[in-house]
Amino acid sequence: MNATVPGMSDLPGTDASGLTRRQIFERRQRRRSIVVAALSTTVVIAAIVILVPMTPGWYRVRRSFFNGETFAETFPRLLDAFVLDLKIFAWCAPFILLWGLLLALARGVRTPALFPLRLFATAYTDVFRGVPVILTILLVGFGVPGLGLSRPWNSPYLWGSVALVLAYSAYVAEVFRAGIESVHESQRAAARSLGLSSGRTMRHVVLPQAIRRVVPPLMNDMVSLQKDVALISLIGPIEVLRQAGIDKSKFANFTPYLGAALLFILLTIPETRLVDHLQNRQRRRTGATAIR
Amino acid sequence: MNRRLSLVAALAAGALVLAACGGDDEDTAPATEAPAATEAPAGDDCPTITEGKITIATGNPAYSPWVENDAPESGEGFEAAVALAVAEELGYTGENVVWVRTTFDEAIQPGAKNFDFNLQQYSITTERAEIVSFSDPYYSSNQAIVALAGSAAEGATSVADLVDVKFGAQAGTTSLDFINEVIQPTTEPFAYDDNAGAKAALEAAQVDAIVVDLPTALYISAVEIEGSSVIGQFPATAGGTTDDFGLLFEKDNPLVACVNTALATLRDGGQLDAFAQQWLSDNAGVPVIAVG
Repeated sequence: MNATVPGMSDLPGTDASGLTRRQIFERRQRRRSIVVAALSTTVVIAAIVILVPMTPGWYRVRRSFFNGETFAETFPRLLDAFVLDLKIFAWCAPFILLWGLLLALARGVRTPALFPLRLFATAYTDVFRGVPVILTILLVGFGVPGLGLSRPWNSPYLWGSVALVLAYSAYVAEVFRAGIESVHESQRAAARSLGLSSGRTMRHVVLPQAIRRVVPPLMNDMVSLQKDVALISLIGPIEVLRQAGIDKSKFANFTPYLGAALLFILLTIPETRLVDHLQNRQRRRTGATAIR
Repeated sequence: MNRRLSLVAALAAGALVLAACGGDDEDTAPATEAPAATEAPAGDDCPTITEGKITIATGNPAYSPWVENDAPESGEGFEAAVALAVAEELGYTGENVVWVRTTFDEAIQPGAKNFDFNLQQYSITTERAEIVSFSDPYYSSNQAIVALAGSAAEGATSVADLVDVKFGAQAGTTSLDFINEVIQPTTEPFAYDDNAGAKAALEAAQVDAIVVDLPTALYISAVEIEGSSVIGQFPATAGGTTDDFGLLFEKDNPLVACVNTALATLRDGGQLDAFAQQWLSDNAGVPVIAVG
């Protein structure tokens, strides 16, 4: 660009490149803030890089958390085990979304005769949202097979997944309910006045708007589920967290946990970006202008 | 502009990670925290974390026959008896012996410990010995298989008979390593946080058999799970691995030398054998399973 940006005092109006004083000022501000940001980041990072190794236990922590050899040896096994996490996620997610939606609908039922349904849905979300997921998994995962079912009906994969569906559908139901309630009452009124039944109003008018609105919080729950899938390891299956734990004990080294964390991050970051993308596309499609 | 700022931050963060992971060789130097010092003569040089008291850790809960009734203070159970005898040799009795609890995994961490030594059937392995220190062995045990009557493992006389068996074991133990490395079953074993999980899975028939150390196996079959029996053991002579149990210390704790002296006295005086006789079942007559 122009190498000779003169000082502002030299400038009556515009300079040779045709920039206004305002633009030159803004550009200078911009550069200044980039330099400041770079400097402060460097200082913080340098402080961490210099100060952390000065702590007395650093060499031990480094040996046990950032061990290249252990990482290389355990990572392929972790990758194998991670496939199980993906599978469990893949077969749980559809059930969770479906069951959660049904619960949300049941909670929104307005027919007096169906009040018990509404009561059930309310109690269900109260209970399963209140109980930690880990307890649900332990209770269902160890409890139900203990009833003496025979294989394959006592499989920990089956009951672990059931527990995840039970717990997560409660969260998801609340998200759907929030979406449904966020659709303005006038929409229902308009649909009913056009002659749509209450069921068709829900199906064709309310739900399409509601679901679109709750995609981001739903993805939030899905990312959370992605991580909680690892809890199934408590009832037997060796997935990535357990594999990392086993390797950790075997090598007496925590590097495998770092490897597992890396796998989860590698998965959730693209997921999050995908949601951002979907959101932007939807905003463009619905024609709303983004205010910056 | 925000985007540029975050780019700068991301680059800097990347540099930090590289700095943390890279160059494993350059600072092995600070690791020379006098490993030779552990060989120091016992004498009066036996510091404990709380002066005048010795702090001993065990599992939470601690299991029979190692600690009876989860009450190590009583000295009942093999490990409780050994720990109290060691403490007495070092000159600590009565209220000067403090018991704390840790999980199995928790103790195999780098850094400072809140106990002088920890005992919950820690097998001495070279990998673990890089992070923590071990005393000389106070007991040696074979791996053993427990199964319910009529299970696929019943009647096995060699490892070849066991490849199609679904196994379970506590995660992070040498028992699980034994399944994976020696038996190498065709279906992946299940792993649990503790033996309670493995036992529940055995009772629910989710697994055909579990692998534990022999004294635990005998206790489970005799007392805990009705209808179970010890299918066999894998002594070193049969190609298996014999586990040496050691007291676990913070890395390079000078107390190790003192405790080793105490253990030697107890071994030579016949107390260790007497404790084993008193608290552990007679393991003669458990069939031996051939390996390979």
